[in-house]
Amino acid sequence: MNKEYYGKLIYELSRPGRKGADIPSNGCGESISSIPASLLRAEEPELPQVDEPTVVRHYTNMSNNNFGVDTGFYPLGSCTMKYNPKINEEMAAHPAFASLHPAAPASTVQGALEAYWTLQEALAEIGGMAAFTLNPFAGAHGELTGLMVIRAYHDSRGDDKRTKVIVPDSAHGTNPASAAVAGLKVVEVKSLPDGTVDVDALAALLDDTVAAVMMTNPNTAGLFESNVAKIADMVHAAGGLMYYDGANLNPMLGIARPGDMGFDVMHINLHKTFSTPHGGGGPGSGPVGVRAGLEQFLPNPKVVKLDDGTFDIVSGDEALGSISATLGNFGVQLRALSYILSLGKEGLAEAGKLATLNANYIKESLRDLYKLPIDRVCKHEFVFDGLADKSTGVTTLNVAKRLLDYGFHAPTIYFPLLFHESLMIEPTETESKETLDSFIDAMRAIAKEAAENPEMVKNAPHTTPVRRPDDTAAALNPVVKWNDLKAQAK
Amino acid sequence: MAHRYFPHTQADIDAMLERCGVTSPEQLYDDVPQELRLKNGYALPSALTEKEVRDYFNSLGAKNTPLTCFAGGGFYHRYTPSVIPAILSRSEFLTSYTPYQPEISQGTLQYIFEYQSMMTELTGLDVSNASMYDGATATAEAMMMSVAATRKRDTVLVSSTLNPKVLDVVKTYARYHRINLEMIESEGGVTSLGDMKGKLAASKVAGVILPQPNYFGIIEDLTGFAEAIHEAGALMIMNCIPADLAVLRTPGEWGADIAAGDAQSLGMPLAYGGPYLGFLCCTKALIRKMPGRIVGATEDINGNRTFVLTLQAREQHIRRDKATSNICSNQGLMALHTAVYLSLLGPKGLREVCTASADGAHYLADRLQATGKMQLKYPDKPFLNEFLMVCRFNVEDLLRVCIENEILAGIKVSDNEILIAVTEMQSRKDIDRLIDIVSTTNFPQL
Amino acid sequence: MSKTYYSNTHEYAVVDGDIALIGISDFAQKALGNVVYVDMPEVGDEVEAGEDFGAVESVKAASDLISPVTGEVIEINEKLEDNPRLVNEDCMANWIIKVKISDPSQLDALMDEEAYKTFCENESAH
Repeated sequence: MNKEYYGKLIYELSRPGRKGADIPSNGCGESISSIPASLLRAEEPELPQVDEPTVVRHYTNMSNNNFGVDTGFYPLGSCTMKYNPKINEEMAAHPAFASLHPAAPASTVQGALEAYWTLQEALAEIGGMAAFTLNPFAGAHGELTGLMVIRAYHDSRGDDKRTKVIVPDSAHGTNPASAAVAGLKVVEVKSLPDGTVDVDALAALLDDTVAAVMMTNPNTAGLFESNVAKIADMVHAAGGLMYYDGANLNPMLGIARPGDMGFDVMHINLHKTFSTPHGGGGPGSGPVGVRAGLEQFLPNPKVVKLDDGTFDIVSGDEALGSISATLGNFGVQLRALSYILSLGKEGLAEAGKLATLNANYIKESLRDLYKLPIDRVCKHEFVFDGLADKSTGVTTLNVAKRLLDYGFHAPTIYFPLLFHESLMIEPTETESKETLDSFIDAMRAIAKEAAENPEMVKNAPHTTPVRRPDDTAAALNPVVKWNDLKAQAK
Repeated sequence: MAHRYFPHTQADIDAMLERCGVTSPEQLYDDVPQELRLKNGYALPSALTEKEVRDYFNSLGAKNTPLTCFAGGGFYHRYTPSVIPAILSRSEFLTSYTPYQPEISQGTLQYIFEYQSMMTELTGLDVSNASMYDGATATAEAMMMSVAATRKRDTVLVSSTLNPKVLDVVKTYARYHRINLEMIESEGGVTSLGDMKGKLAASKVAGVILPQPNYFGIIEDLTGFAEAIHEAGALMIMNCIPADLAVLRTPGEWGADIAAGDAQSLGMPLAYGGPYLGFLCCTKALIRKMPGRIVGATEDINGNRTFVLTLQAREQHIRRDKATSNICSNQGLMALHTAVYLSLLGPKGLREVCTASADGAHYLADRLQATGKMQLKYPDKPFLNEFLMVCRFNVEDLLRVCIENEILAGIKVSDNEILIAVTEMQSRKDIDRLIDIVSTTNFPQL
Repeated sequence: MSKTYYSNTHEYAVVDGDIALIGISDFAQKALGNVVYVDMPEVGDEVEAGEDFGAVESVKAASDLISPVTGEVIEINEKLEDNPRLVNEDCMANWIIKVKISDPSQLDALMDEEAYKTFCENESAH
């Protein structure tokens, strides 16, 4: 692609008088002159004026500067970048759902409500929970909703001194941020050298101010917390609830359910475990499940199945409130439903095991060249602490950037915060042995390059459309729109 | 078991197990205590073939009733040009991750930059983020942002003319985030300036949330609001319908500090509630307090224009519990939807969308009034494409008869009030059908 | 005559009478890299020893500023608003806030130049 010619902004392709769409006219006469001029904008907005073919070529060329699951492998820890089936896309865009208004009476949207209800019941079965809401828009939104459920539960018992949420130091950054938004205070509990929760340290923190303990299991180092049932007993004895961060649910499919591990509240990232596309950052979906006894606190509105087999939308007085104006990202929910139906119960169980096998295979194939700080069987992901040979000065960031030259996305780096040079790899189940072998070869080649030509690795990437952007300049002097760019050029 | 999504042959699995030093995949789960295990598999159906999945969704779809849509309430039936689904289905956009690796994410980063440029133009403000979940949560985030930006203030005022669905979400966030929310009274269908001034004087207010147009479709005259709010040291937050900003005076022109709302009105399919997109724009002074991702332009080592995620140190993955918000994702693909929509329509096209919708709405309102059975609740207030009618009959009766005629007549606000919206999607014939139903049906009088 | 104290979170306090200039140490600015933003309190705010009063941001990190002393903010270094990089150029000359100390005995808990130097050597070795 000729970057000079095609690499422009849509604004730079704009010419007065061009248009890319026509608007239906209803011939109903003119009304805008009835509105006082003081309520109208002074100038028309500066939007691009472009014809349809130019718009199509512009965005198609832009897409070529992007990496996606359909173009290559993402060894991206904690993100579960699995294949996004095509049938899901078609079902989500089904014309029978596309023009339903969210305020339409329940009697006219029975199919949509049945889809919502069927997915919520399937997730309850998979999570080992009594009930689910699909309303939260993303994982972080689910976390927030789940923590609100926990506060609503404690409030309902008049227990208002529970303001603490305990999270392991290996937790996702969203955990403490969600707790803060929900008006709770985060206390970190440290991990043992093997990366799992220090049960004694946790016990010391448990008192009558603890609202909940948030855990992900397997944890962010990919390790199953075998003590989870014991931890749950301790937390429950102290009057707290157990929250399951479902970001790492994928390897547990068919093996064990959060509800059976002792968790009371959980969220699931449909864009991870249930194959809905990441879309360059969203839309996601973060359904929240609760054990029996907490259903009433789930947010309004709720979808229920009535005795006559029809579906309805209801609101409850004990609910934590509403966290969305609608029933959530419905299109994302349809994709997840399509995926669950496509895999079936056997396929779901197979997915979990293959994800774990793929991760262990990579770990065992690279452990001689990369530092493995925790030598245990992992689940869906694992963490290296950078290259084994620390003498070259080549960092985890350098390795990640060099991988781009080999045609792979970078792994998750500098997370979890347990190690200085964390490099976290999660292959998912939809990658073939050949792909994994190519990735392993690339990682081994990079280790060799680091020893023989460290400067070259430090200057990576070398072959990408852009190289080593100046982040500091971007942050010091934010240029965040077309008009800023024009002002800068002057 | 082989499934079409899994590439593994038995030979592959055997070779991989050998490398891992185990003999079965189950052995990799030895650390999961037996008593925690799922014993008999999920109580779920077995796999469906692709055709069976399709048949299933077709059968669900058949249970929905397609209706000509006069319902609005913040979400409008709009035309989506066919270019948009074509571009959005590009795998390179659809299946990509968050653009943390700018070297291989210039496509995503550039469309977000274009989106930000367009949203700042519509709102007349300096900065847009890369988008939020939906309009209600974006408004709640704006509320939290005002509290974070003004320090030591925890009261936020909200106009009672705000969309109740948005208000519900704002209330939830306020309750858990310990923000004291107070309602500003309305007067003749619009926010009372006097009541707001009184409440600004009574407590230390961080922000004031005002809708435009408001829930009743009325374009509020906000003259004097910004001055009063700023004098009290608070921030002015406007909840807007962005398509309408093609013609309406912008939040920037009104003197707002923050604008938030749902961008569904910019050509997004109704899709029974989502995915849509929440937008959030603010003045330059507030950029560091703005939640969510922001894309900035810079240069790479070869001097090429390059887009990157910038000001990331504000965000949850770095600031953890000190971040303004816990938001992690954005509505990425829907930001692309918005950028492509606005590129196709341009300023003239978007204006036509607004005017065609308004023309239809005014035509419909006039003729419904002429039936003598309904009248505008606020006849002296200006509106664009949505209006509140008071009926001499029960709204439920109208809704029922209309559904029998495959029409969704609007949103019931009370037993005798209905909110009706028109867009470019309803033809004159559709509009006349609704008028005809009202004039010819013999509704029992209330 | 002023005296310089350091905290184990790498802030310094240059104290003259009951006035302290508070900033981040050379060790801290090097560890953080290019500073792109300094989040400062307002004049008149109270700061408390051991509590955060703001943050310094680099491109991909943020570090809370922990006050070594309790007192009232009487001045902020406004130059840092437009040019945060001054912290990298000369962190001692470019203090962040000026505080009127309310409890001088808190200074006893801080390190002097020599003790801080040893502290940093141990941190680097870690």
